[in-house]
Amino acid sequence: MKEIIKELTEAFGASGSEHGVRERIRQRMAGRADEIRVDPLGNLIAFKKRKPKKGVQARRIMLAAHMDEIGVMISHVDEKGFLRFTRIGGVRPLSLLGSRVVFADGTIGIIGREKPEKRDEFPSLDKMFIDVGAVDKEHLTRKVGDVAVFMRPFSDLGQRLTAKAFDDRIGCAILVQTAEELETTPHDVYFVFTVQEEVGLRGALTSAFGVEPEVAIAVDVTTTGDTPEAHPMAVSLGAGPAIKVKDGGMLAHPGVKSWMADTAERLGLPHQFEVLEGGTTDAMAIQTSRAGIAAGVISIPCRYVHTPSEMVDYDDVQNAVKLLVGLLSGPADI
Amino acid sequence: MLLRELSEASGVSGHEDAVRQLILDAIKDLVDEHRVDTLGNLIALKKGTGQARRKASSSRRKVMLAAHMDEIGLMIVHLEKEGSLRFRPVGGIDPRVLLAKKVLIGDDSVPGVIGVKPIHLLEPKAREQVIPVNEMSIDIGTSSKEEAERLVRLGDYAVFDATFGELGGELRTVKGKAFDDRAGCAVLIELLRDTYAFDLYAVFTVQEEVGLRGARVAAHAIAPDVAFVLEGTVCDDIPKKRDISPTTTLGGGPAITLMDRSVIADRRLVEILVNTAEKNDIPYQFKQPGLGGTDAGAIHLSREGVPSAVVSVPSRNIHSPACVLSLNDLENTVHLMHKTLARIHEVDLNW
Repeated sequence: MKEIIKELTEAFGASGSEHGVRERIRQRMAGRADEIRVDPLGNLIAFKKRKPKKGVQARRIMLAAHMDEIGVMISHVDEKGFLRFTRIGGVRPLSLLGSRVVFADGTIGIIGREKPEKRDEFPSLDKMFIDVGAVDKEHLTRKVGDVAVFMRPFSDLGQRLTAKAFDDRIGCAILVQTAEELETTPHDVYFVFTVQEEVGLRGALTSAFGVEPEVAIAVDVTTTGDTPEAHPMAVSLGAGPAIKVKDGGMLAHPGVKSWMADTAERLGLPHQFEVLEGGTTDAMAIQTSRAGIAAGVISIPCRYVHTPSEMVDYDDVQNAVKLLVGLLSGPADI
Repeated sequence: MLLRELSEASGVSGHEDAVRQLILDAIKDLVDEHRVDTLGNLIALKKGTGQARRKASSSRRKVMLAAHMDEIGLMIVHLEKEGSLRFRPVGGIDPRVLLAKKVLIGDDSVPGVIGVKPIHLLEPKAREQVIPVNEMSIDIGTSSKEEAERLVRLGDYAVFDATFGELGGELRTVKGKAFDDRAGCAVLIELLRDTYAFDLYAVFTVQEEVGLRGARVAAHAIAPDVAFVLEGTVCDDIPKKRDISPTTTLGGGPAITLMDRSVIADRRLVEILVNTAEKNDIPYQFKQPGLGGTDAGAIHLSREGVPSAVVSVPSRNIHSPACVLSLNDLENTVHLMHKTLARIHEVDLNW
């Protein structure tokens, strides 16, 4: 599975420019679903048809993981060929300084800053710029609207993995792996790889309208409280996939929550509960789609979210796959 | 000029009636059907015609073009016993723009002025402070609450009292209020003079300035395949010390949105707009990404999603009584949209 994780995290796909990662997922999902389509906003929807099972009521289940990652967009090209930029999603200046970004065509840019007014002043984004090494404006091929993402390869640290964009390529990888391991299911399952989560859960909103599920599970990352002097939070790397109780945007459906917890117990899978103070996931938009949907979240504990080097635990990832396969194999009577 | 009438008409969010009537009169003979929906959006259908229509009938698209009728303004919330009026803003208004401005209140256009403390009376420190809107009041010349009540009611809207005028110059500049988005309305009306192969839904929306409310319900009702929003947008092109984006430049041609706070424009639509502009030697520019929001924010998230783009006429000083735009830009926006719509079938909407 590490190969899938490496491929998907290294793929290019800022919000609104998900083409690269979508094509990789489309290839991976081919043969693992009965039908694959892309909706008007660009969400990839892979449908796996149910195989009726005695005593199990078939449900329409939507699994959602977002393909997009945070990034930057060029907003102005100055006379000397330096590029001013704006953020796509929650990019923080702290994570950009000293880092490199890469454009869809492989062009590399480094982040520079204006002279600070005071020595220790931290620059805001409008005091920073991208330098792609152009000798002058004439030789510059970049233009306003071009999009770049963090440049950072995947690294296997053994038990722990680090990469850019685990948020939420790890969710995408888990969905792909789940589709691989799930031979049959008594439910109609929609594997939805959404667009534009980082700019406001936009793809989830429209795909949930289109899929019209009865039950939905988003798979996304969550922050942890297990690093030195971290903001207190009872989620740790390696303690198992986290079952969301609430976050800044939603309260998980209690029925979905206990369905997940009971299944994890039954399968003997480690798991933890998650209460996240800020932030939210696609499940928030899905929950209030149409007449309302029973929605929950399986979160992968992740350190250093929205930096170029996010970190997850490989066991948590594999256990999330096992949990999903377990959930989709039995009754889903919420 | 229609832009003059559109600019001078009163239509604060939630009370767009006068603007709607004006637009209805201008378009009723140009469209096949028109209706006003529950929220007040004016929705007109111009059916596809001609050879192209028959050829493409199986895959004929619904194209939605939207421009918002409403403008920012004020609402009267309290009548003082001395006869002055307290108010609140409707939509985004910089309080610094309000002081000492002439306004027109209610359907009878009662004239008033927003009071200001003369500079003679201001302590040096107070000169640097922004006076909050809830400390301002409108003077309509009345000296008691009873007298004021004969002219104005609670909940009446007020707009800037601003006449449309020509500043001229090579850019053929004009000034007036509410170019955001009466400029877009003017462009859309102009586009209805032509015929198209697809079914065109022209929507003049309400309540954009308070949260894209009209566009949301109109898009749900129409369920378009593709949408273009026509706007009057920010232009901040006065010379600056730093080499940074002017947002848009007056005279630089229609401004194409790449991304704002409400939408990431559909790349395929941006591409055909740019390609069409270049092919036809129409000047164009990109609006500085990351700023503002338009009806496209609501439309593109309607139902299963709608590929959407935004094309704007740059306007200096928007959300003030003295917006300035270039008629060249306005005409080029019509031109670009017209040429783009003529080849919209070339856009492959499959991913």
